[in-house]
Amino acid sequence: MNHPQDSSFLSKLRPPATGRLAVEIRQASVVYPTADAPVHALADIDLNIHEGEFVSLIGPSGCGKTTLMRVIADLEPISAGQVLVNGVSPHEARLARAYGYVFQAPALFPWRTVLANVTLPLQIQGRSKADSKVIAQEHLERVGLKGFENKYPWQLSGGMQQRVSIARALSFEPKILMMDEPFGALDEITRDRLNEQLQQLWQRERRTVVFVTHSIAEAVYLSTKIVVMSPRPGRIVKVIDSPLPNERHLGLRDTPEFVAVAHEVREALADGHHV
Amino acid sequence: MDTMSKPAGFVRKIGHKALPVLVILLFILVLWYVAAVAMNAPGAIERVLPTDTPWTWQQLLAATMDMQRPVLPTPHQVARDFWSSLVDWPIDSPRNLLFHVAVTAESTLWGFLLGTLLGLVLAVLIVHSRTLDRALLPWIVASQTVPVLAIAPIVLVILGSLGFSGVAPKAVIAMYLCFFPVTVAMVQGLRSPQKIETEMMHTYAASKWQALWLLRLPASLPFLFPALRVGIAAGLVGAMVAELPTGAVAGLGARLLTGSYYGNTVQIWSALVMSALLGLALTLAVAGVEKLVLSRRGGQA
Repeated sequence: MNHPQDSSFLSKLRPPATGRLAVEIRQASVVYPTADAPVHALADIDLNIHEGEFVSLIGPSGCGKTTLMRVIADLEPISAGQVLVNGVSPHEARLARAYGYVFQAPALFPWRTVLANVTLPLQIQGRSKADSKVIAQEHLERVGLKGFENKYPWQLSGGMQQRVSIARALSFEPKILMMDEPFGALDEITRDRLNEQLQQLWQRERRTVVFVTHSIAEAVYLSTKIVVMSPRPGRIVKVIDSPLPNERHLGLRDTPEFVAVAHEVREALADGHHV
Repeated sequence: MDTMSKPAGFVRKIGHKALPVLVILLFILVLWYVAAVAMNAPGAIERVLPTDTPWTWQQLLAATMDMQRPVLPTPHQVARDFWSSLVDWPIDSPRNLLFHVAVTAESTLWGFLLGTLLGLVLAVLIVHSRTLDRALLPWIVASQTVPVLAIAPIVLVILGSLGFSGVAPKAVIAMYLCFFPVTVAMVQGLRSPQKIETEMMHTYAASKWQALWLLRLPASLPFLFPALRVGIAAGLVGAMVAELPTGAVAGLGARLLTGSYYGNTVQIWSALVMSALLGLALTLAVAGVEKLVLSRRGGQA
């Protein structure tokens, strides 16, 4: 199974970019047949994601950033090319429970308490009730929701619900955390706070994260690598390795270094648009 | 919350709910008496009132309200007959309505149980197989276009030839009416989870059974219970209809039939009132279970 302790230990020793490959994408394309012309949702994507990296996929609507993430997560088949997750196909990786997926909406089950929502993946994996409870409580504590175990989702704010869904995705210690615009529906203040918490969470664990967003500030603040994408056909225009230090706080966003990276992302987005 | 105002508020709430119902009930009773007088008057003039001497309208009114075999019995006649059947006869006597209630309720509940099970199984099959969805659903819909009155004798004959009599054929006919609402609602309910929830289960590599048990079934409960309320009422209709062609001697349907054979309209009406009460009790029982289950299931139902 997974060796979370081991992998986080290793990634602390090495700088993230030199770690083993978590995701390897070679010449991958996704084509949807339609009545008139086929739509190229993704065209010839090449991308390496190393273990312990925080990778953001950023781009305008229709650039295929969500599609790319869904391809990695085995929620979408590729039409051509090759995708490897931890050295195996996305399908095998999914069956091996390699990743936790956080969707745009919290997708909590209204009939389950917060705790029972977090234990859901553990229950599916056949873990014992007592174990699951201890693990879930620990993960709820990590996202700052200690004391909310017996509440129902509707008794929580949107930001808290999304934190529960993050705790749920992390409960079974997946090697990769996938987040599809997880804070897109939240207000900016809540979003800032959650970004900070997510950053701290990543600092502690150095788990591989793939993060889809269309906020430049969010991408620059969180990522060690920013993948800028462009639509029609969906493709990667630029991959930016962030020069920012790994230890980050919200104040970083006012530094010249941060502004420079954000500028680079903005330029790449504009370039992609003019092609 | 203010504890003093709570009981008063409760009473007011009940009053708000009960008052309109009571007004309508009063209206119906008045209408009933008027109709009874109007419908029974020709018979009363012909059979009850003296033919050789003149009679007053008070005599006519009194006669229409207390006839032996009225066209439309008055509410108090029905109430008297209803009450006397309950208290004047032992519970195992065919003259006691509760005896018939027990017989009809038994086949209704069996039919309801079997129909619900059949409905659940069919819905699970339909949701999980595109082929079965296309193959079964048209037949399930078509089955309900055949009138139950036409089906009932056939079922009785066939099951009878196989050696099944008594409760079994009646339960099967009740089931025939029960399973349909359950199937339709459960297909909808099992399909109610959103794409995002289904995909989430997919990312956990959950099996089909796990997805059914942990997501689809709990999500379908709010769809199931309204269907069960409809189903049990339909099952009661099925059970009563099934009693007609058997020439059954027991059951509310049989009671209606013997009443009409002998022109005993009061008996028909009290059996009718009893079956309405039975239907109400069964529906309330299902609603009670619904409340219990949905509150245990947690969340905002």
